[in-house]
Formats: sequence, C-alpha cells, structure tokens
Amino acid sequence: MLISNMEIVPGLRIVRHLGLVQGSTVRAKHVGRDMMAGLKNIFGGELKGYTELLNESRDAALERMKEQARAAGANAVLNVRFGTSTIAPGASEILVYGTAVVVENLAP
Amino acid sequence: MIELAIFLTLLTLGYVFGRLNERRHYASIQQREEAYRALLLLPGRYVPEQYIQHHSTLVSGNVVVSVDYFKTIAAGLRGLVGGRIASYESLIDRARREAILRMQEEAAALGAEAILNIKMETSRVAGNDRNGLGSVEVLAYGTALFPRR
Repeated sequence: MLISNMEIVPGLRIVRHLGLVQGSTVRAKHVGRDMMAGLKNIFGGELKGYTELLNESRDAALERMKEQARAAGANAVLNVRFGTSTIAPGASEILVYGTAVVVENLAP
Repeated sequence: MIELAIFLTLLTLGYVFGRLNERRHYASIQQREEAYRALLLLPGRYVPEQYIQHHSTLVSGNVVVSVDYFKTIAAGLRGLVGGRIASYESLIDRARREAILRMQEEAAALGAEAILNIKMETSRVAGNDRNGLGSVEVLAYGTALFPRR
C-alpha cells in the first residue's frame, strides 16, 4: 500500500476518494526504562529505549491505519499526518491519519 | 552540607558528560549531513520536473534526547531573568538535525533522490520530568521519491 504525506502522487491518478482513515496507539514505558531515563537526565544524551518505543508505536499506528484503508478498498493513503500527545504521566498517544484513496497508473 | 555536595557533584557530572556528549554528537551530525548532501530535502509540496515519474513513499526519523543536570539548572537560572536559553536551543537543534538524518538514512536505503513535504513535530516525553524540560522527542517525516525500476 502506498503511503504518502502529499495529496498528489507523481505518476499516479486518484480515481476515488474513500475518506478519512486513522490509527492510534497508547503506550507506556516500563519502570526500568523510566529509571534509566532518570539517570540520563543527569548525564544527558539520547534515550534509545524511548526512541525505539515511539518508533514501534508509530509503526503499529500506521499498521492500524493501513488495515482500515484496506477494509475500505483503498490502495493508497495520502496526506498522512502524525500526532503525539502525552495523555498521562508516562504514557503517550500516537495518532496517524490520512485520506484513503484508490489510485491508478497514468497512461504512459 | 551533604546536599550541597550531591548538588555540586551532579552539576559537575552533568557539565562534563553533557559537554562531551554534545560535542561528539555535533561532530557526527556534521559528518553525516555532509554525506547526505546529495539527497535533496524539500519542505515544499511542489514536485520538481525531474521527479514526476518517480515512486513515492513515506519516510520518517525520530529521536528522544534528554537534558543533562547542568542544562536543567542553567535553564532554571535563566528563567529568573528571562531571555535566550542557549542550553535548550542546542539540545533541540541537535535533536531535530538527528531526526532529519535518520529520515534521510531510511530514504537513502530505498535509493531515494529527494524527500518532499517535510514536516517536523516536537513533543515532550513525560514521566521522568519534574518541572524542567526532561526529554523531548523530535519526529521528522516526508515523502521520499525514488526512481522506478
């Protein structure tokens, strides 16, 4: 499935619009990682555990969005946007949304 | 007295390690930015003529960086008088450039020639911050264009 954050795709034509599709996930880090983060707050540097966690959550949210798009009969999701919000201490919500469309190749 | 000693130790640790870390990170950022110079970053959504036959796909890069103790204290002091908080500026600048580089890495692995419509997002990662900045996440994403095979 084609995922893009633009509303036009070079070389392709949008045949049908199927509306908004979205995927989200809420994740928390485990205590060990939080303690590591506490230490890092003294020394500075990248929090690799958090980077990975958010990356995985984003992939999961994208996967959910793709499922919705597939169910709607789309073969592409355009104009994709990400959102991140901290909904509770230690937990973040990741949201992905876009427009499900059917695209076809332009005649050469 | 003990408390003051702990405070000073943390401050020194933060200063030494934070400085070292920042210098190393900047060196690595500059080196990788040079290496990816050929992969065009285009924040606009206009597709240049030479790419209109290319394939496109979403690429993204993210990083979570943490402040060090020295930066937290320096920012706290700056908060009293107001003005530029240079210690946070460099932190977020590094994070943003790192996120873009990771996005470029993903795009380069696909053989991309350009990344269009780049969007960036900054958010606070909660759970480990008391009243300072704690840690921030920067996400960069865009549409990579790569030649059809």
